[in-house]
Amino acid sequence: MKNLLEINDLKVTFPTNDGFVNAVDGVSLTVAPGETVAIVGESGSGKTVTSLSVIGLHNPKVTQISGSIMVKDKDESLDIVSAPLDKIRGYRGRVVSMIFQDPMSSLHPYYKIGSQLAEAYLVHHPGKKEAANKKAIEMLELVGISEPQMRAREYPHQFSGGMRQRVMIAMALMNDPALLIADEPTTALDVTVQAQILQLLKDLQKKSNMGILLITHDLGVVAQVADRVSVMYAGRMVEQGDVDDIFYSPHAPYTLGLLKSVPKMGAKNSERLKAIPGQPPSLINLPKACAFAPRCEYTSLAPAGSCESVRPDLIGVTESHKSRCHVPEEKRDKLFAAEIKGARA
Amino acid sequence: MPRFVLRRAYFAVLTLLLVSVVVYGVFSILPFDPAALTCGQKCTPAIVEANRVKLGFDKPLWEQYWLFLSGIFLGRTYGAGSAEFTCPAPSFGYSFNENMCVSDMLKEALPITINLAIGAFIIWIIVGVGLGLLAANFRGRWPDTISTVFVLLGTSMPTFVTGLFFLIYVTIKWKIVPLSLSGYISLLDDPVKYFQYFILPWITLAILYAAFYTRFTRATVLETLGEDYIRTARAKGLSERVVLLKHTMRAVLAPITTSAGLDIAGLIGGAIITESIFNLPGLGRMTLQAVYEFDLSVVLATTILAATVVIMMNLIVDIAYGYLDPRVRMK
Amino acid sequence: MSTPLLSVRNLQKYFPTSRNVGFKKQKLQVKAVDGISFDLMKGETFGLVGESGCGKTTAGRTILKLIEPTAGEIIFEGQDITKLRPGLMTPLRSQMQIIFQDPFSALNPRQTVGKIISAPFEIQKVTPAGGVRNEVSALMERVGLNPEHYNRYPHEFSGGQRQRIGIARAIALKPKLIVADEPVSALDVSIQAQVINLIDDLQKADGISIVFIAHNLSVVQHISDRVAVMYLGKIMELAKTEDLFTAPHHPYTTALLSAVPQPDPRGERNRERIILKGDLPSPINPPAGCVFNTRCWKVQEVCRSKTPELLTVGKSQVACHFPE
Ligand SMILES: Nc1ncnc2c1ncn2[C@@H]1O[C@H](COP(=O)(O)OP(=O)(O)OP(=O)(O)O)[C@@H](O)[C@H]1O
Ligand SMILES: Nc1ncnc2c1ncn2[C@@H]1O[C@H](COP(=O)(O)OP(=O)(O)OP(=O)(O)O)[C@@H](O)[C@H]1O
Ligand code: SF4
Ligand SMILES: [Mg+2]
Ligand SMILES: [Mg+2]
Repeated sequence: MKNLLEINDLKVTFPTNDGFVNAVDGVSLTVAPGETVAIVGESGSGKTVTSLSVIGLHNPKVTQISGSIMVKDKDESLDIVSAPLDKIRGYRGRVVSMIFQDPMSSLHPYYKIGSQLAEAYLVHHPGKKEAANKKAIEMLELVGISEPQMRAREYPHQFSGGMRQRVMIAMALMNDPALLIADEPTTALDVTVQAQILQLLKDLQKKSNMGILLITHDLGVVAQVADRVSVMYAGRMVEQGDVDDIFYSPHAPYTLGLLKSVPKMGAKNSERLKAIPGQPPSLINLPKACAFAPRCEYTSLAPAGSCESVRPDLIGVTESHKSRCHVPEEKRDKLFAAEIKGARA
Repeated sequence: MPRFVLRRAYFAVLTLLLVSVVVYGVFSILPFDPAALTCGQKCTPAIVEANRVKLGFDKPLWEQYWLFLSGIFLGRTYGAGSAEFTCPAPSFGYSFNENMCVSDMLKEALPITINLAIGAFIIWIIVGVGLGLLAANFRGRWPDTISTVFVLLGTSMPTFVTGLFFLIYVTIKWKIVPLSLSGYISLLDDPVKYFQYFILPWITLAILYAAFYTRFTRATVLETLGEDYIRTARAKGLSERVVLLKHTMRAVLAPITTSAGLDIAGLIGGAIITESIFNLPGLGRMTLQAVYEFDLSVVLATTILAATVVIMMNLIVDIAYGYLDPRVRMK
Repeated sequence: MSTPLLSVRNLQKYFPTSRNVGFKKQKLQVKAVDGISFDLMKGETFGLVGESGCGKTTAGRTILKLIEPTAGEIIFEGQDITKLRPGLMTPLRSQMQIIFQDPFSALNPRQTVGKIISAPFEIQKVTPAGGVRNEVSALMERVGLNPEHYNRYPHEFSGGQRQRIGIARAIALKPKLIVADEPVSALDVSIQAQVINLIDDLQKADGISIVFIAHNLSVVQHISDRVAVMYLGKIMELAKTEDLFTAPHHPYTTALLSAVPQPDPRGERNRERIILKGDLPSPINPPAGCVFNTRCWKVQEVCRSKTPELLTVGKSQVACHFPE
């Protein structure tokens, strides 16, 4: 396996009292070493559910998962979906690490920073206490925390939000994982602090060549750090491609709508924003149709009735740029690129 | 830290003074003549008057109160001449009904109550926290169901029902635990008799509290298991056992310690029903008796004792909480 | 020049707070808003931006006297309302309204939408021509809600729709001034655009003056005529939107603008970013001199001792000893 991560047709369903919630419905993506792949989408589109699947954090008793999630560890690889929990645990924090959205609540309030870091090392290197403590200090220093010796003896509440996110990153890197999953790592932070953290992640990636799966709803963040992008809507991946493809020649009407609805800095502010009408659908018992059809302006360009009755596949003329839409790709390619250009001018 | 403790101690003393004034006040308002209550069947006005003088009820209220206070530190002497007798410090007064210094009565009753409370506490904390943890860990499965039934039964059955059940069935009918006729025996003297004496009262008392603690632990553990930092612990690759017994328990410890401290304090004040059923001459029974007989000195003493324990425990719990939760830890 | 609808002069709001030092309680003050001044013209949208905790919400609420100011003056239509008693404020309340950030907690979950939107009529004891019911239906239509949903409860609506309910309530009495406190921050981009457009349209039609509070710079730029950048309770820079975004003068504004990533990968690749060091200092104990001096990259000795005044630089007003 060349890639660090290969997700293939992942489906995650939660049975609830109201019916089945198809939180993730057919997601496929790969992450190679040194690469940053972003998943973007609006609230509830299934980004977090996807990322939790990668380290097997869903409760198997109340979750139905299918598809495969291959994670590479040196010469072997493991399918997180079907592997036994013991095996997955050996990968967590060592091969794949994760940082979460809310740094305020993601650290244990009662343990010292240093011991929380050391624990991450000790899980996979039992008994090596001294090495663990040394590594903890080293990592704190690496993420830019001054006086790491002293700060390691402090508790999370003595750190600011930005500092805690640095600590989370340090903790994730304790075992030099090949793959880092960052679920909205900067959403809870101020822009100036966000800039610090994104810069830090970039620097760390350069040093260690790790792959990053970055989850966010902020298109600006995606543009700044991603190499490739997957756009999610209602649990489905609607478009996938290199970052420039996505931003300058989007193929999915949803991606286009999203890009057009962001107020752009530097643009004349007298123009109205191009909002997408309507709201995202409920994920319970989604019909077999294009999930975006009720909000889409381009259904008339597709074969009559197809949008409302057939679920489009994720396909593309090139292997690197795929989308889900019934409108023929040639039509979309030119039309959407022109629209984007117009919106940017 | 010392200044903080001093400040708290200062407030504790103030509170205790207030409690004693209130108890004194309530008893003085009641339409009974305390002196009349002190004499038995063959009562004559002369004896009543004599007792009144002897016990100091002839003095104005504030002076009586003052004598009571100073007695705690200096001891107190009653009567005069050949009838003179002294209750040495700390004196909490003299009980005419029992013809004893109250401090001597306390000396007898207190060990029983303390042994009862601590034994019951050990049982309930092990059973309650253990069952709560099991229930949370196996949520929705049979251990959870069992714990739910236990909580329902434990909280809905009054102590006198469980107590009487144990007394009648376990001791009298089935004879599993022999009826203890010897009275209180210290653990060091005869462990077997000690346990025979206390085991049923312990269980009786523990059931109710264990049920509360099962419910409390289960709820707190479940809430904590949903916290983001528990997800972080799992993401590190920790096993479920470590996640539950280390990360989750650590967070649950602080609230459990707090309520346990206060519950024990409450018990020292007297487990009246349990002591009555099992005929344990502890503080609770003593207080109850004293209230029936309007034995002011005894009521006053036990009330102040109970208040002291509650206040002390509050202080200990606060200090412990500061130690357990770094966020409120004092610098 | 016409008289402003609202003038704010040296507005201060300090919240009392305390901290345990040893075992003594020490009385302190959170300097949430510390001397801000600006004018709001009729029909103008005035943006207030800054990072979390810089005092935007406090400023917005103090202007409406929902919080009593510590010092300063608030002049509404030529009348000094700073010290006005609550009783005398009531008639003015119909002319000033607020829209809240959180569409989930700002609406009473036990009241129907119709009831929520008609509340201002009840409070002010006015009956619109045609009756309350008709007026509310018209309002719902105006903000893009289906009037047939009159009897539904807030939980039956999505975040964007709830924000529309809040807007309908705010415009019910045809106010002259609306303070919109992060009205779109909790919404997704595609929904956010709908709500921004709605606010834009309503304002153009009715000529309402809006104080628009947000931390998202692109949104503020899109909607505002003028913008004030706040930091630790003070205004750092105040200018026409175009001037502020094309030629920022204050080092903080510059840093803030450079920190916001744009949805333009090619641009992002070549962008020079100013990364500020450290975190926001505490508003309880703000730095002496210029409050920004702990994170500023142009800082000099004078910045640590002397507080810069808000002075005119080019077309903007800037509080900095070394403006760009
Ligand atoms: N345990 C669960 N049981 C039932 N439904 C769930 C569960 N977890 C998530 N969902 C649902 O799955 C959908 C996707 O949720 P997810 O958290 O992945 O969204 P997201 O894209 O991360 O959104 P956000 O930007 O708000 O974080 C949501 O509709 C959510 O309500
Ligand atoms: N009632 C209060 N008592 C004490 N301090 C307060 C109170 N309200 C606000 N503060 C403090 O005043 C400062 C400014 O708060 P404010 O809510 O105005 O900031 P903000 O700019 O609106 O931030 P955000 O972007 O997070 O909404 C903060 O430090 C806050 O903690
Ligand atoms: S006054 Fe000094 S510290 Fe403040 S912004 Fe200007 S240069 Fe920076
Ligand atoms: Mg999420
Ligand atoms: Mg605010």
